[in-house]
Amino acid sequence: MSLDLATTRRIAKLARIGLNDQETEAVRAQLGGILGWIEILNEVDVEGIPPMIGTSMNTALAQRPDVVTDGNCQEKVLSNAPDRAGPFFTVPKVVE
Amino acid sequence: MMLTDLTIAQAVEGLRKRDFSATELTKAHTGAISQLNGRLNAYITVTADKAEAAAAEADKALVAGDAPALTGIPLGIKDLFCTEGVRTTAGSRILSNFVPPYESTVTANLLKNGAIFLGKTNLDEFAMGSANLTSAFGEVENPWHRTGDSSVLVPGGSSGGSAAAVAAHLAMGATGTDTGGSIRQPAAYCGIVGLKPTYGRCSRWGTIAFASSLDQAGPMTRTVEDAAIMLQAMAGHDPKDSTSADIAVPDYRAATTRSLKGLRVGIPAEYRPDGMSEELLAVWQKGIDMLREAGCEIVDVSLPHTKYGLATYYIIAPAECSSNLARYDGVRFGVRAEGATSLDDLYEKSRHNGFGEEVRRRILVGTYVLSAGYYDAYYLKAQKVRTLIQRDFTNAFEKVDVLLTPTAPTAAFGRDEKPEDPVQMYLNDIFTVPASMAGQPAMSVPVTLDSKGLPLGLQLIGRHFDEETLIAAGAALEKAAAFTARPDLRAGAAA
Amino acid sequence: MSYTIEGSTGTWEIVVGLEVHAQVISHSKLFSGASTVFGAEPNTQVSLIDAGFPGMLPVINHECVAQAVRTGLGLKARINLESRFDRKNYFYADLPQGYQISQFAHPIVGEGSIGIELSDGSTRDIGITRLHLEQDAGKLIHDQDPKLSLVDLNRAGVSLMEIVSEPDIRTPEEAGAYLRKLRQILRYLGTCDGNMDEGSMRADVNVSVRHAGEPFRTRCEIKNVNSIRFVMQAIEIEAARQVEVWESGGTVDQETRLFDPARSETRSLRSKEDAHDYRYFPDPDLLPLVIGQNWVDQLKASLPELPDEKRARFQKDYGITAYDAGVLVAEQAIADFYESVAKGRDGKSAAAWMTGDFFAALNRTGKSIDESPVGADKLGAMLDLIADSTINGKIAKDVLETMFETGETPLEIVERKGLRQVTDTGAIEKAADDVIANNTDKLEQYRGGKDKLFGFFVGQVMKATQGKANPAMVNEILRRKIDG
Repeated sequence: MSLDLATTRRIAKLARIGLNDQETEAVRAQLGGILGWIEILNEVDVEGIPPMIGTSMNTALAQRPDVVTDGNCQEKVLSNAPDRAGPFFTVPKVVE
Repeated sequence: MMLTDLTIAQAVEGLRKRDFSATELTKAHTGAISQLNGRLNAYITVTADKAEAAAAEADKALVAGDAPALTGIPLGIKDLFCTEGVRTTAGSRILSNFVPPYESTVTANLLKNGAIFLGKTNLDEFAMGSANLTSAFGEVENPWHRTGDSSVLVPGGSSGGSAAAVAAHLAMGATGTDTGGSIRQPAAYCGIVGLKPTYGRCSRWGTIAFASSLDQAGPMTRTVEDAAIMLQAMAGHDPKDSTSADIAVPDYRAATTRSLKGLRVGIPAEYRPDGMSEELLAVWQKGIDMLREAGCEIVDVSLPHTKYGLATYYIIAPAECSSNLARYDGVRFGVRAEGATSLDDLYEKSRHNGFGEEVRRRILVGTYVLSAGYYDAYYLKAQKVRTLIQRDFTNAFEKVDVLLTPTAPTAAFGRDEKPEDPVQMYLNDIFTVPASMAGQPAMSVPVTLDSKGLPLGLQLIGRHFDEETLIAAGAALEKAAAFTARPDLRAGAAA
Repeated sequence: MSYTIEGSTGTWEIVVGLEVHAQVISHSKLFSGASTVFGAEPNTQVSLIDAGFPGMLPVINHECVAQAVRTGLGLKARINLESRFDRKNYFYADLPQGYQISQFAHPIVGEGSIGIELSDGSTRDIGITRLHLEQDAGKLIHDQDPKLSLVDLNRAGVSLMEIVSEPDIRTPEEAGAYLRKLRQILRYLGTCDGNMDEGSMRADVNVSVRHAGEPFRTRCEIKNVNSIRFVMQAIEIEAARQVEVWESGGTVDQETRLFDPARSETRSLRSKEDAHDYRYFPDPDLLPLVIGQNWVDQLKASLPELPDEKRARFQKDYGITAYDAGVLVAEQAIADFYESVAKGRDGKSAAAWMTGDFFAALNRTGKSIDESPVGADKLGAMLDLIADSTINGKIAKDVLETMFETGETPLEIVERKGLRQVTDTGAIEKAADDVIANNTDKLEQYRGGKDKLFGFFVGQVMKATQGKANPAMVNEILRRKIDG
């Protein structure tokens, strides 16, 4: 399976992986190879087979009681921020 | 005998008898690390001071007679487990400055049991790799070398730093994580024991996620008994992880002496692909013979969807990783690119600079297979094939109690022999991936050296939540194999 | 009432579907134990889970599940005993994980409906497609720094219910009625406070236009409209825009738009090349959510009476009009107040007093029913004074006003001001005799056939007794005296 450059660029944009043109071409070729290789699954008949859910877990989702047990840790939350303005994280100005 | 040569079981006993102190034991290891880590690069971060301080505390507890199971035992921690106040990098540039304000459940369990952490071991970036060549903190060297050949070999991956540290006696044991073979394959490459428990046995809380439906923490040790001891401390239900199993943890160490009389061992026909080396086939046969002699019944079984395991894995793992790694964006933690002009620019620059090539590749594959129009053909299909793979195991375990297979298709390969094609690299996981896809517990046990003097391991695969049978069969295999070889590069014997 | 747009190519009707995001009332967030209280200091109500830290995992809040089920039951909708959580993947500064945990393929609640009533008295059912649980995003602050947007994650991870309607709505009025009714139901259920100005209820409005009988045309989604009035305005403006586009030979693009009330326009929010591809897939951190029919039945049994049922019961039990009943069930607190007043009394009179003078007094003082200085017990006591003829209706109006001012009981006011009704026949007879004696001319005219003057005599007698005379007795005595 071969992947075109436009698709490769679109995927890179979706994933916010900034690629330069050279990288895009290299990735295009490699992705094409990987996607070709996984096409082996086309030969498997999965008619009527349910998708795997929960792996080894056959129990229902456990639920927690509605109690405030967390938060109130502003310093922890901000402790690794590469940039902050007072109690806020920052990003370049977003125009909405 | 040097303190670094002891097994965990021996050290637990020696500490309690006060044959040596926890401080002596820890210093023996921190000393060995300072001697060898420069070359092996098994640790990204060494926490010698913290370890020695903890050892002093352990000694007090040992004297007071108030010492839990692992008190004073020095371990390496794969740098994928978040450790409070200790930098946790996942082997990635993007987390090279990340200091978690929290402790993962697995490492917290180990600390609660008295273990001492020597440092954070190297790994493939975000646990994506089979050779420890993708870490942003440099490659790890396998302490083993081919006889008469000094070329540097890879330790396997992704838990390559943990495997190398344990093999070279720079830790008595180490934590690993296994997504498609990341505990078992490096264990086999480095001649140690690696146990991947059932999915859900160890909490994933606080362990940096690669592929959430596959990731599972486990012990890497030099003996099966040590693996049992470590797993005992690591395992258990965690209400903070919705996929953690609320199932009682049995006495794993007791399983090491269990009789194998009448145990049915399955030999899957599909783990014998074309082109498999005679040497590996012979090792496998040797393992079969050993288990038969231990009283097991050998049964031929079939796992017909085995050959689809890798392709399935290389859809599901990248898909989950593409989503799990979206949070690394340079805003709340980690490294942020300078000079971004817009929000998207910030994301793209931070992620381009922060992630290595293999991680980027997997994120892109995962993004592609989940994207509009492809979801059904790739991800949904793969999850259905995964059901078929799991059914293969379920059917096999109606006839047998455990499966025996090779762990990896080859022994450790040279750093220069790394295949250029990523697909070729992925083939290293061919025998380990199916058990991961189905959530089965599996363990690699070193059995022998190949003709070039490198260790080869065999893999045992068990029923869900039946790690005990793995441990029982693994202990028997270990005993019969009497694998005592040690790498040339190790504490006290460094070349 | 129909609403159409006359264009040069014919008559256009509008087609509207609403996606309402309703913040679930719960103490803690959907997948973390951080608090949900509104208005806290920035980034204080944030757990490391909400901030998307490495290795953090979601654990679902049982109460949020219960609230979604209650809401589903209140919307007479199908409850799905097995539902799932998916990840909706996209990058944005208010979305710390890089994905929102939502329910895409298998929502917890399926089809239901809401009955709405319009100003002309007609009713319609608007279909509900689904209701699902999802995480709210954080908040961006744009006006504090020239180069930066600031990120506050207090709201990130708070539980939302997204309630999606069928494209059944045909007029701005219907959209308003739908939203008011939905908000009323949510408030009755106690599952969402419905405060649109605090953002705890927001609507995305899907609008398209077509000629009658045509299939649906392309729709636009107007995001995050935060008042009912704006929803109605946005529909009018967007529909007019689309008609203009179609009629000038263009095509309407499927896109997300923003409503700007200040400029009375909608405008495109995202450019086309930036089209989203959310890459939904089941969240591997969460197993399927399975709930028991027994539990659903228990929740159903414990649901409060909802507005429609309450309204019907009020009409039946208290004999009041549909209109009054509708007014009285508008809010749970009003309905409860009314019932306290009406219980064991004349329901019609209670309704008349509440919807009349009582609401007027509340309005005048700018108070809500919960803040009313006159409680149900006092209003009831006043009705009792009317019923047992201690005061008459006219005096009662003054008494009620004084109650609002002083907080006294009606009886205290009556006693203090000496407002007891005069039922002493002698006193009324005397007053009547005086009035007749002083108005012989009027009596002549009355007897000469000017019947309307009877009211004059009644008024004069009431005035002479400072309004306290029992009006029925005044009538009777006057009739006897002047008709006789």
